Amino acid sequence: MSIFDIVISGLSWISIVSGSIFLIIGATGIIRFPDFWSRLHAAAIVDSAGAGLLLFGMALQAGLTFVTVKLVLIGVFLLITGPTATHAVANAAFVSGSRPLGDKSGKPVVPADVIDPPLPPEMPTNLSEDLTSKT
Amino acid sequence: MVRLLAMGLGLFALWLLLSGLFKPLLIGLGVLSCAITMAIAHRMGIFKRTVGTPRQSVVKFTTYLGWLAIEIAKSNWAVSKVILARSLSLQQSLFNVPTSQQSDLGKVLFANSITLTPGTITVETEDGSFLTHALTDDAADMDALAEMDSRVTAIEHQDGDA
Repeated sequence: MSIFDIVISGLSWISIVSGSIFLIIGATGIIRFPDFWSRLHAAAIVDSAGAGLLLFGMALQAGLTFVTVKLVLIGVFLLITGPTATHAVANAAFVSGSRPLGDKSGKPVVPADVIDPPLPPEMPTNLSEDLTSKT
Repeated sequence: MVRLLAMGLGLFALWLLLSGLFKPLLIGLGVLSCAITMAIAHRMGIFKRTVGTPRQSVVKFTTYLGWLAIEIAKSNWAVSKVILARSLSLQQSLFNVPTSQQSDLGKVLFANSITLTPGTITVETEDGSFLTHALTDDAADMDALAEMDSRVTAIEHQDGDA
């Protein structure tokens, strides 16, 4: 076992272990944080640092193989889908009227000009009636 | 038509890469699924529209990804400290971040970069600004967000004011 192998496997273990620690930190945050909005941020740690470091560590273990290519692809898809899903959930919460909790100082959390967002156009509620009336 | 064929070849290359097996049955299934995907894409008219051609230079984009990785690492550390602090001190806020991107692709890149960085989440996109939620006052750093904004716009505008 050459010195190069020892360095690579050491780096790989460091990133796998620290990735796992970030997963635990993120999970702790999801439990500790008080409301929906702050919990999203704890979940973002799991997505970025946790998954990223774990994938990097596993890629170092695998070396230059097909497995590494697949790990990189998993990372790319996580980078695209993670924030998209977070945005979709946050946007849905905002539109349906959820607002973050304020802190004890009483500082307003939401500026006055964004309290009432333009609501999306109403979905047609009588869709089934339209369909049946046409047939 | 050329772009459709190129997509089919790319898809088949991805199939070979991910399967790594060269049995006739698996190759046949790969050809079949690529053909079905191409047929659906053709029917949807994806390649008739002239949108969505990324013209960013690879070098600039990679440099940006490296910078973003460092920013993500820094804010991961900051949010981890907030989580592990003995008493939780959150200063949540919603605020507007001005944006200077012209193309949809640039806006997507900037909004996803904000959300990917722990501590800030893009909630709503409007013309010229994003409504953003921040976990703490440290995360709601307008200077850092403005720097990210100008970096995204810089890779967007690299080939002569697209």
